[in-house]
Amino acid sequence: MDLKELYQDIILEHGKNPRNFGKCEKFTHKAKGYNPLCGDQVQVYLKLNKEKKVEDLTFEGSGCAISIASTSIMTELVKGKSIEVSKKIVIDFLEMIKNTSEMHSNHLDEDQKIKIMSLSGVKQYPMRVKCATLAWHTLTSAIDEKKEEVNTEVIE
Amino acid sequence: MDIDSIRSQFPIFSKKINGKPLIYLDSSNSSQKPLSVINTLDYFYKNEFSNIGRSIHSLAVNATNKFEETRISVKNFINANSKDEIIFTKNATESINLVASTFGQKNIKAGDEILITELEHHSNYVPWHYLRETKGAIIKFAPINDDGDIIIEKLKELVTSKTKIIAVTHLSNVTGTVVPIKEIVEIARKKNIPVLVDGCQSAPHLKIDVKDLDCDFYAISGHKVYGPTGVGILYAKKKWLEELPPYIGGGGMISEVKKNKITYAPLPEKYEAGTMPTAEVVAFNESIKFMQSIGFKNIIEHEKELTNYALEKLKKINSVSIVGNPKNKAGVISFTIKGIHPHDISTIVDEDGVAIRAGHHCCQILHEKLNLTATARASIGIYNTKEDIDTLCNAIENCRKVFNLK
Repeated sequence: MDLKELYQDIILEHGKNPRNFGKCEKFTHKAKGYNPLCGDQVQVYLKLNKEKKVEDLTFEGSGCAISIASTSIMTELVKGKSIEVSKKIVIDFLEMIKNTSEMHSNHLDEDQKIKIMSLSGVKQYPMRVKCATLAWHTLTSAIDEKKEEVNTEVIE
Repeated sequence: MDIDSIRSQFPIFSKKINGKPLIYLDSSNSSQKPLSVINTLDYFYKNEFSNIGRSIHSLAVNATNKFEETRISVKNFINANSKDEIIFTKNATESINLVASTFGQKNIKAGDEILITELEHHSNYVPWHYLRETKGAIIKFAPINDDGDIIIEKLKELVTSKTKIIAVTHLSNVTGTVVPIKEIVEIARKKNIPVLVDGCQSAPHLKIDVKDLDCDFYAISGHKVYGPTGVGILYAKKKWLEELPPYIGGGGMISEVKKNKITYAPLPEKYEAGTMPTAEVVAFNESIKFMQSIGFKNIIEHEKELTNYALEKLKKINSVSIVGNPKNKAGVISFTIKGIHPHDISTIVDEDGVAIRAGHHCCQILHEKLNLTATARASIGIYNTKEDIDTLCNAIENCRKVFNLK
């Protein structure tokens, strides 16, 4: 596989200039994720409104281009969605990255699907899948108000 | 030294990785194996296999003899006093656990201090942490400076009347620092404190002389010394092995077993319970012979030259920073590239057949100290060449290209 398929411009760009980076004001939920194999960590801050919709979603942390880009794109796609839909998008994303390479989701438009599919090349690099999925598991954990840290060696 | 003839002894170098020749720069993690080791494993299982030390049939006698021959080779390899000071374990990690557990059981009580350093691999920290949890021991860390050298003066200050043991690496698996063990032993001797040396990284690269070092314990992993996995060495001064309790209980390590009383086998069997990695220990003898056939003078010279060459070339690449600058550095080169995470570096250079490691290398304390979450690491073995370093550097340039770095 061509490295350019893994490191597409959109991934490099999000890796370099992540969107929604930092702690959002008045977040209602937060969760921490950790990959003990490499030491990467992410904190996800989630602000839900009264209708249980994601009003704001930001993150802090350190990681490789794949993990930062994946997290950055995730925050863009999930913002504005209800928590049920957000959780479905997470499941659809995990299905794409582990199995199908295609993003099948009734909750994203075509542009959003194309954007997230820039990460599908990760499937060819089994050791890197956890880089891409860490933040998504952490988002689910934040929504479910789980206390314990997400650990890539414990999930799945 | 004929590098082509050395390389030709390693079958793996005829393999292609991602269509490219393998450039193996991950020997600090584990080394590749020469054909003599691989063939001995194969031959032993096909022709000579039997469990050792129990049965009295011919196969068992021969297998036992072969097993014990390795013990004598190891004794000579590290210049121990007696073969009884050589205990076979699973790896250096188990060797350190053996000491931490048995020494801790006998000699550590609440408030006692264990002195380690900020350079240590998790395997020379976590076993001592168990004593912190179970016995209430205190672990102190001798600090390092920005170059990655242990500040010996500070270490000295951390030694108190409560210090029960000093455990220190001989060679850092991140910065490549060669630690002045003799200086540390000298400090310890004055206060009658035993010293454990984690020799996992040093054994393939430095001539080990435990008599000269005068350390009390020395731990080695066979798989890093061009040997099979599943073989570790614990060297310990005889008095410790006699004095400390056994570690794992079971067959082979007992003398007499009664319903109300058990006596233990003499050394070294006291510490070798259950069926040992027989074929692996027998094959490990070939690893030692392989290293002796090259000679440490040649090994050190070759690796020093390569290390200097690599450092010089890497420093010339824009945005590459080398981690640590110790006074005496072995062929372990950790680095970062501004703007590219080590994981991305590793994935990209792998495409060119270059195997390096990325992460915290089981040294989170050290990475925290250096304010890094992860580093990339190229580590050298006896089979590496300047061409390998050139390929690494070209692959790093390719990383910069993929990431559009100027």
